[in-house]
Amino acid sequence: MKTDKTDTGTSSSQLSDGGGAIYRDLFLSFFKIGAFTFGGGWAMISIIEREIVDRHGWIERDDFLDLLAVAQSLPGILAVNIATAVGDKLRGIRGSAVAALGTILPSFLIILAIAIFLTPDVIKNNRTISAIFMGIRPAVVALIIAPVITSAKAAKLNMKTLWIPLIVALMISLNLGVVSSPILYILLGGVGGFLLWWVSNRKLNKQSN
Amino acid sequence: MGIYWKLIWAYIKIGIFGFGGGYAMLSLVEKTVVFDNPWISEQMFTDIVAISQMTPGPIGINSATYIGYVAPGNMNPELASPIWGILGSLLCTLAVTVPCFFLVLYCSHFIRRHHESGAIKGIFSGLRPVVVGLIASAAVMLMNAANFNPNGIDWQLWSSIAICLVSFLLVYFGLPVGKNKFLKIHPIPVIILAGLTGFLLFGL
Repeated sequence: MKTDKTDTGTSSSQLSDGGGAIYRDLFLSFFKIGAFTFGGGWAMISIIEREIVDRHGWIERDDFLDLLAVAQSLPGILAVNIATAVGDKLRGIRGSAVAALGTILPSFLIILAIAIFLTPDVIKNNRTISAIFMGIRPAVVALIIAPVITSAKAAKLNMKTLWIPLIVALMISLNLGVVSSPILYILLGGVGGFLLWWVSNRKLNKQSN
Repeated sequence: MGIYWKLIWAYIKIGIFGFGGGYAMLSLVEKTVVFDNPWISEQMFTDIVAISQMTPGPIGINSATYIGYVAPGNMNPELASPIWGILGSLLCTLAVTVPCFFLVLYCSHFIRRHHESGAIKGIFSGLRPVVVGLIASAAVMLMNAANFNPNGIDWQLWSSIAICLVSFLLVYFGLPVGKNKFLKIHPIPVIILAGLTGFLLFGL
């Protein structure tokens, strides 16, 4: 484990045996990850890998990929999920709490400062700021269209499965109450995937019997 | 005070059902805070997305912190002070993270053990196409007059469409820097450029 010799902090976590310093390192690493990643999820992964695999050697690269698969498959915020899983692997629940807190804190503090000083009235009544946001809004839409295509590629959609995202997007956009609930389609997707496996599994068993 | 309970419950649901990372989660956040509840306006929601793009950190945390801050004041003028706002921020951020924290803790042990199980693989193969649809719906729902033509003026609508198109090309394909050579542009400079364009077109 690497420890930073120039550090002059006196937090209680590092006063104990060598094991204590890892909490501080975990917190600092994930604080950095939270503070320096823009645009969410995917951009974050390379920084996390650099910190916990290359720099600190806390986790092997293979294990990191497995961990990533789990964190991505579960609901919640990807970065926080990864932090939780890494912290848990290193130091159990306390480690995961420290890592998750480190990830959350930078954006919480920054957004809070923005929310306090950049109120909607400021945006609406200031001609310059409102013009800037009029330009930014269409660009944000573009920034969400881009991951639609990249995620469609990552999900390896083909002619047999393309209808699923099309129907889901159409139904949710129509905004018709319960049938437009994203949660409904997540459940349907999970149950559908499970049933497909179950049916094909039964066929296999019948064939082999 | 009821607004705080509603916010907490909404963000617990957003956290637990927010599959597929930031953008996929956005459609759920948008539906909850703009359409199902009158907490913030559509335009303000887009502004939050823009602010999240320009500031570091997970979009889920950013939106929880911001909406938690402004929603109490929007619903009840008596709560329009920083202290009530900070309380909302804190509660929303905790609500969106704490349940998932424990979920990850317990599930990661379980899934790591049954990683190769066909049932788990089947469930995830069913989830993936749905997640693509979720992201697409977030984009479709934001393509409206509030974001593209708030003043109802034709040339502004066409300018907005052009900004959207150019931004997409820059982020997805990149800037052509030679024959068949493209330099992919990071979202942050694209946002800054769009803001600058907005200032030059609509602000002078």
